[in-house]
Amino acid sequence: MLESWPEIADGIAAVLLILGASLSTVAGIGLLRFPDQLSRMHAGTKPQVLGLLLVLVALAFAWRAWVWVPVLILAWVLQMLTAPVSAHLVGRAGYRTKHLKREMLFTDELADVVASHDDQGRPAATADRRTVPQPDPTDHHGRD
Amino acid sequence: MSLLDIAGYLSLALLAGGGIAAIYRIVAGPSILDRAIATDVLLIVISSALCVEMALNHHTDNIVFVVVASVIGFVGSVTLSRFVAERKKEPVEHA
Repeated sequence: MLESWPEIADGIAAVLLILGASLSTVAGIGLLRFPDQLSRMHAGTKPQVLGLLLVLVALAFAWRAWVWVPVLILAWVLQMLTAPVSAHLVGRAGYRTKHLKREMLFTDELADVVASHDDQGRPAATADRRTVPQPDPTDHHGRD
Repeated sequence: MSLLDIAGYLSLALLAGGGIAAIYRIVAGPSILDRAIATDVLLIVISSALCVEMALNHHTDNIVFVVVASVIGFVGSVTLSRFVAERKKEPVEHA
């Protein structure tokens, strides 16, 4: 049945295509069923990285042409560069605009930072806009 | 009908399921950030469908669109989240 290399490569491509496409289905189910925005983000980023990787590798096995491999790598690397940026900003905006269920969080390391700063990003002690914020001489910004 | 053809059509059905779920989430909301996430998922479903179609028909015509979609796909959600975060800070004047 599967004897020559093109048939084996097509079989590998078939398996990888189904795996990559099923990740998109999983993301869709997660978008429908998960209760809040942060967990929907968790589901929605599955096909962006792993799903696209599987589909592009399947494409490389289906084409069996080395000249197109750099293009496939370029597509995946660009997706890897841009997906974290958008996910970070969407998650940041979602946290700031209270689109999350607090009772679902086990720990919230961002709460102290957000509570200690005003909307302009300054520490809350200098939040009064009538006064010029003075640098705190005891604050070494994390450096000793 | 070869093994790759069967897998390709099955993959397209799976991708259609994910795309329909993403479109439902875009319609239902409830917040604009949920719609941004679902739009990202819909874009990646379309990119994957183009890849599957290329594997099915053995051509390389759509790979440019896949690369471009992975470059500019994040612009929409970044702009949207900046807009949401900025609008939250503005004092309500005309309410």
